[in-house]
Amino acid sequence: MSFDDISVLLLWTAIAIYTLGFLAFTVDLARRSELAIKAQDAKTQARTLVAAGGGQTIEDIRAEEAAAKVALEAAPSQRGRYLFARLGVVLTTIAFLFHVGADVTRGIAAGRVPWSNNYEFALTGTMLVVMVFLTVLVKYDLRFLGAFINGLIVVLLGGAALAYYVEVVPLSDPLKSVWLVIHVFVASLASAFYALAFALSVVQLLQSRRERIALAAVGTDAAPRTRLPFLRTLPSAEVLESLAYRFAIIGFVLWTFTLIAGAIWANDAWGRYWGFDTKEVWTFVIWVVYAGYIHARATRGWRGTRSAWLSIVGFTAVLFNFTIVNQFFQGLHSYSGLS
Amino acid sequence: MSRRSSDDAPAVDGPLRPSDHLDKTGDDEPAFSGGQPVLGVVGWLRWGWRQLTSMRTALVLLLLLAIAAIPGSLVPQRSADPNGVTQWRATNPDLYPTFDAFQLFDVYTSVWFSAIYILLFISLIGCVLPRTKHHWKALRARPPRTPARLSRLSDHAETTVAVPEGEDAAGHAAHAVDLAEAQLRSARYRVERYDRNGVASVSAERGYLRETGNLLFHGALVGVLISVGIGGGFTYTGQTVITEGDGFVNSLGLGYTSFNPGRFVDTEELTPYSITLDRFDVTYAPPSGQAGDFEAHVTTRFPGQKAEDQVIEVNHPITMAGDRVYLMGNGYAPTITVRNGAGDVVFSESVPFLPQSPTMTSQGVVKIPDTGGKQLGLVGFFYPTVAQLSSGALTSRYGDLLDPRLTFFVYEGDLGIDDGTPRSVYALDTDGMTEIAGRNAPSPSLELSPGQTVDLPGGRGTVTFEDETRTGAPESVKRYVSLSIHNDSSATWVLVFAVLAMVGLFTALFVPRRRMWVKATPDGDRVRVEYAGLARGEDPAIGVAVAELAKRHGRALDDEPASAPASAANVN
Repeated sequence: MSFDDISVLLLWTAIAIYTLGFLAFTVDLARRSELAIKAQDAKTQARTLVAAGGGQTIEDIRAEEAAAKVALEAAPSQRGRYLFARLGVVLTTIAFLFHVGADVTRGIAAGRVPWSNNYEFALTGTMLVVMVFLTVLVKYDLRFLGAFINGLIVVLLGGAALAYYVEVVPLSDPLKSVWLVIHVFVASLASAFYALAFALSVVQLLQSRRERIALAAVGTDAAPRTRLPFLRTLPSAEVLESLAYRFAIIGFVLWTFTLIAGAIWANDAWGRYWGFDTKEVWTFVIWVVYAGYIHARATRGWRGTRSAWLSIVGFTAVLFNFTIVNQFFQGLHSYSGLS
Repeated sequence: MSRRSSDDAPAVDGPLRPSDHLDKTGDDEPAFSGGQPVLGVVGWLRWGWRQLTSMRTALVLLLLLAIAAIPGSLVPQRSADPNGVTQWRATNPDLYPTFDAFQLFDVYTSVWFSAIYILLFISLIGCVLPRTKHHWKALRARPPRTPARLSRLSDHAETTVAVPEGEDAAGHAAHAVDLAEAQLRSARYRVERYDRNGVASVSAERGYLRETGNLLFHGALVGVLISVGIGGGFTYTGQTVITEGDGFVNSLGLGYTSFNPGRFVDTEELTPYSITLDRFDVTYAPPSGQAGDFEAHVTTRFPGQKAEDQVIEVNHPITMAGDRVYLMGNGYAPTITVRNGAGDVVFSESVPFLPQSPTMTSQGVVKIPDTGGKQLGLVGFFYPTVAQLSSGALTSRYGDLLDPRLTFFVYEGDLGIDDGTPRSVYALDTDGMTEIAGRNAPSPSLELSPGQTVDLPGGRGTVTFEDETRTGAPESVKRYVSLSIHNDSSATWVLVFAVLAMVGLFTALFVPRRRMWVKATPDGDRVRVEYAGLARGEDPAIGVAVAELAKRHGRALDDEPASAPASAANVN
């Protein structure tokens, strides 16, 4: 059995465990929904007894938000003891270790860094997403993102294993450079931060919709029925946005570095630092979109939902750049390894 | 000082912002909300300028720039892929004129793309210049007056401490603020005391670097743009092809197959160095035979100086008199000798063949204007390791010279080069020529191995595929390299500005700018101590910072409850 065979075996094991992690996190969200509904019912009942109406009051909403913010920033030992969320974290961590194993054995099999074709970009990139996610978990209780992140990883990694797998081949000459190690790794790391910002922006949009409905229902008798009740246990849209922003700006700084490092490499390999090659164009487009996102956050009327959409557009462009551009666009960056 | 301005104190005097910036307070309303003011020309200009330099415009221009850049990745660009444009034209002859009219093949130099980024940069400069002036003043200003009611700020903490024996409340309040002042100063805050009517307070601000970084980032982007714009005029790039044993002289008209100088390049002033290709090395990795480890071993020489041996590799260009010399491609240059019917040599050269596939099936053209009879044109295919497809056609199955084979279609007639029309040396225009050997001719195409000579049909002479090992070369077929020679002295400037932008970006995003206040108010035999912080811009840690300050200050006050005589003397 070669190192590459071992790598593939470890990879599929990781995918299987990520899937279990995804299930655990999903059950966790379902249980949170249940808890949220129960809490609301209890409150409604209590209030009906004192004839104060059935809906949430503004104080209830603010209290919920404050509680969620405290929970977000709680130290790991003081976090809510959601059984399935903890199971999800454990499974994700185990899957991550297999994933690292798959990445390292692929690198050993190839005798170089394991990021020089689309299959390996996906392998390493998704590994970095999980790494950033697990690291951030130490500081913030983002377990509610677990289902989203695990789901994303299973789709990307499974898709890459099925569609992008290539045998180990020697590097083509232009790739034999120290910049392969730096430029591609930093680009992948930037994408990992963008991915987390993207996940938070999606939840932010859901949350802000729920908040609008909840606020509209204040003072009425009807308890607002949200489609995703677990959102009530999550931080407010504003807090989610601020977190998303923090990941996005780290991603942006890394992406800026990627652009500059890429230009230095291009100057060595192709004799010009910038030539509007298709991949360069898309790297630039992504940079500009996130620059727009950062400006939007500081522009009246653009903060909130609109800037969240920019974060989503930005990450969509990152995925597009990685899949469609690498595979189908003519250009000098034809390193997907696919034909 | 009126109460009101004191209440407003936290809100004013931050970095100067565009009118629709989130942090901007004061004249919140845009000039045009509500009423219909009558504007003169100056008024309109001012309004226009204000619109252009607003955040919203900058944002829209940024998003437009992102969208406008996309077509250039979908349609081949003349600058990056001229052959792609030619091909696109051939496959879409109807759409081509329309696309071309919209400059879709020159997106990044097009009017519309230029308009967007020029407007963006004007907007940027219009925003950055006044901000720089404002920041310059702010850098020398003192932190603003302590607000009257700190409890209004969202990040706020409060405690009361007992006045120790033998000290009056006002003195203790001043002592508490002394301690806070020292702590804030050591935490690199700029501090200013505002003691009034027995109430002691210190106002502190830090993170001026945030705005400095912001201005540096935007200024450096302008620097990048200017370097690229001006540098382009001094840049030149040229291409050349050198066969093993041959040389190149850096002089227009002598060495280059193509040369693109910028506007201000004096092409007479090129340093006439020479480069000779001694050997080209390549390795083939089995089983597919992927070629790699390309090394062009060259001898370089400046006029009147000793020759030097150098190696040009991919990713490792050599530098000659400020020019960077890149290895861009390689291929085979079979040596072909043609004799006419009388047996005179009418052609004998190593002809570079262009690779068509990873296994180096290559195509080349031989043009012989002077044969003593009609002009001859040969379209050749070269297979370094020949193999036959099931269709009978030849192909190459490996990139190395394991079993070289050369085939020719032969044409006779007018080469079309006598009237001075520029023609590619890699293509043969067969209009006005007759195929005399090949698929559509009575005679089959010519097929040769190294060292072999075959007859041209009809006694027109012979064609020889020379075996170079007979002249002492290591391989039967010579190889050639294509080199690209670039001179771009502005690249250094672009890099400097890019790095500055990176540094500016880092500080602008991660250095928190915040104000802190500590106020001690005597209250009978106790002193009320308040702490408050205000973030200027994104600052997720402000709450923690205020809590931390309150904790540290409380601890210091516990450790040093009374003012020592010496420090008491320091006050005032």
